[in-house]
Amino acid sequence: MIDRVRHHDATRLVADAHVPEASPVFEGHFPGFPLLPGVLMIEAMAQACGWLMVARSDFSRMALLAKVGEAKLRGMVKPGAALTVTAELIHDGSGYAVLRGTLAEGSSRAAEAELTLRTMAFPAPELEAAVRARALVIGLA
Amino acid sequence: MSSGAPEQTLQTIADIIAETASVDRARITPTAHVINDLGIDSLDFLDIVFEIDKRFGVKVPVEAWTEQVNSGKAPAEQFFVMGSLAQRIDELVAAKQA
Repeated sequence: MIDRVRHHDATRLVADAHVPEASPVFEGHFPGFPLLPGVLMIEAMAQACGWLMVARSDFSRMALLAKVGEAKLRGMVKPGAALTVTAELIHDGSGYAVLRGTLAEGSSRAAEAELTLRTMAFPAPELEAAVRARALVIGLA
Repeated sequence: MSSGAPEQTLQTIADIIAETASVDRARITPTAHVINDLGIDSLDFLDIVFEIDKRFGVKVPVEAWTEQVNSGKAPAEQFFVMGSLAQRIDELVAAKQA
């Protein structure tokens, strides 16, 4: 869901995510009133947080979403929306990390959540290669 | 930042476990194994470790401990029984303050 990383440092990552105009996701959600499902808003934040953790490890570790805490879905996101996704590190623990994700459309807050990710060494070289390749595409590596 | 005698540390950790994982406080004894006896799953354990990290100002090396246990270099009781866990936390706090 992350199209481009605009900025990142050791504790913060800002990225662009463009919601497609058309997607099978919108067909049932909802007929005549397409909206980005809340779970995908959370997924976008989780991906930004994941990328931050991957970058922090210099691409030696992957991150998996483990917990969604205090999620607030403040706004409705429609097809074609240009979103800014932000990940901020709260705590980098041993084998886990806690981050705050936010989603915004322009100056409007769309969503936020505290996310806990498990971090681990890549379990397969193919996965590491795929992550590195995607990182190049989105401007993270 | 919490620190002090193992008993005080143990009580703090027990409070964290009781609050975070909804475990009956009476079951959290010095000889209780955090996972085997208290029924805490891996996700609750992450929450507990996060609270310990914050409360004591340390970074509990869970991955290193787990590797030592899995490789047979140390018994699980050295890290994951309440009394021992409190001692390990006190050692981490002392090391940070040194």
